[in-house]
Amino acid sequence: MTTTELRPATPSTSDSPASARKPIGVAQRCETALGWAGLRASSGGGIGRILLCVAVFLVFCGPLITVISGAFDFSPDPTKLSLLPNRPSLVNFDVATEKGIWGYLLNSLIIAGGGLLLQVSVSVFAAYALARKKFRGQVIVMLAILTTMMLPEEVIAIPLSMVIGDLPLLNLSLKGTLLGVILPLGAWGFSIFVMTEFMREIPLELEEAARVDGAGELRIFAQIVVPLCRPALGVVAVFGFTMIWDQYLLPLIVATDPGDYTLTVALATLRSDDMVGPGVVLAGALLALVPSLIVYLSLQKSFLRGITSGAVKG
Amino acid sequence: MVPWLFLLPALLLFLVFKYIPMAEGIRLSLFEVRPFLGDLWVGLDNYARVLSDERFHNALNNTLILAVGQTAGAMLIGFGLALLLEGTARSLWFVRSAVFLPVVAATAVVGEIWRLLYYPAEGGFLNSLLSWVGLGPSTFLDHPDTSLWSVMAVGIWKGAPYDMVILLAGLAGIDRQLYESAAIDGCTTWQRIRYITLPALRPAITILLTLASIRGLRVFTEVYVLTGGGPAGSTDVWMTRVFSLGFETSELGVASAGSVVLFLVTLLLTLFVQLLRRRREA
Repeated sequence: MTTTELRPATPSTSDSPASARKPIGVAQRCETALGWAGLRASSGGGIGRILLCVAVFLVFCGPLITVISGAFDFSPDPTKLSLLPNRPSLVNFDVATEKGIWGYLLNSLIIAGGGLLLQVSVSVFAAYALARKKFRGQVIVMLAILTTMMLPEEVIAIPLSMVIGDLPLLNLSLKGTLLGVILPLGAWGFSIFVMTEFMREIPLELEEAARVDGAGELRIFAQIVVPLCRPALGVVAVFGFTMIWDQYLLPLIVATDPGDYTLTVALATLRSDDMVGPGVVLAGALLALVPSLIVYLSLQKSFLRGITSGAVKG
Repeated sequence: MVPWLFLLPALLLFLVFKYIPMAEGIRLSLFEVRPFLGDLWVGLDNYARVLSDERFHNALNNTLILAVGQTAGAMLIGFGLALLLEGTARSLWFVRSAVFLPVVAATAVVGEIWRLLYYPAEGGFLNSLLSWVGLGPSTFLDHPDTSLWSVMAVGIWKGAPYDMVILLAGLAGIDRQLYESAAIDGCTTWQRIRYITLPALRPAITILLTLASIRGLRVFTEVYVLTGGGPAGSTDVWMTRVFSLGFETSELGVASAGSVVLFLVTLLLTLFVQLLRRRREA
């Protein structure tokens, strides 16, 4: 239960006297469960492992590669997809432009940007109270947040769509607005808890010193605690983005007409449009994939660390 | 006072977009919802309808098959991937990152991609692959006999790399000296996996199985995008059933009752698993 990140497996043999007499190969063979060392045939991996790796790569990335090739293919036979475009062209993107794909992408980006900003700030504020303060009712608040995490979003879809159509007390409808998607994404139990866990680790002395120097509550929060949370902000941001980009039901129930759709929801509209071929759907799919890939590849370390720590803590 | 001010935004958003809808959902499940005419109290009738409805039975059946199949499949393949891709070489790191991409891609996008790959004629991408090895063409999503398995395969494809990452973290935590002693004692690879690796991975496996089975119960997006529950209800799951009742035929009361049942089952499962873990740790 102690491993919280994907650290490379290091052979812990240097300090044991028994291993000093053994040939070097043995320590290497004990690095992995199957006794594989590197990925070269010479280093004990074997040609079979390389072939398996290639196969695995194709199975998991092949479908994504066909998206790229299909999106750039002026496809005479719409059913044939391949790993390379048969007749490279940009025509799919022209048709997609006609079908308003950039509007959908803009909706998606505004929701992702606004939702993420709101979610991260709400989490930082809530975590500050939960991690750095002691107050009556703290346990109840924790339990209340935990309940929202156990409540599947799909389960409240119907009443949520009614609430969004008629906000309590305000008599205001958020249907057909981007705010109607952004606000429900603003508070997410997972990111609050990740933030809280991280903030607990910040030494109390820093805060006390600042207080002695006469810093107020807001100053301590904004100039001491938040800047120290930068690594956690990365984790929360990348998970928040993935969660928001993955939304399907919420944008679907908030929309009043197809113009309000996000890109991921609009793909189905494109698909059922008889005037466009699969190439155009793939062009849309490619546009919807790119932001996720950029975020994942640039923040990969925080992402994998977050996944494993979240899972190990349960 | 100060803590509550910092908590205010979160609690307000939770109240409006989680708690009120939850309470409203429970209320609706006890009424026959009639727009403009006023709701009619029907007590537990909606629940009786859900529990006796044949299409809900079918949906429950499919949900369970899908949840079990995807959970087990993703776990097995994830374990295989973790064993294959364990190691510090840079090339392995590259393959690991690439294999993880399906997890990051949005579910709806994955659904659209696989719909096209599954194109049920000879020219379809997967069918042309099948014809290389002398099989097919398969109808995949378009036939009741194959549709549920095709949906399951997509779920496994998207879920296995996630399991892989968590199992890899578990593998990295295993003491290498155990492997060494095993090697000196002349253990076979199989014995090494069976008696060292698997026991060490047990906490990770328990958590993965729990999370995946709870997630499996509420599966919606991939099924909705891939098949919409068809053909002939062969891939209808609990949530697609609720969705079509609520948003297509406007039977809001019955749909809400269906939602509440799903929530209760999820809650019971979560509590049950927590209880099991408590007892084992105590």
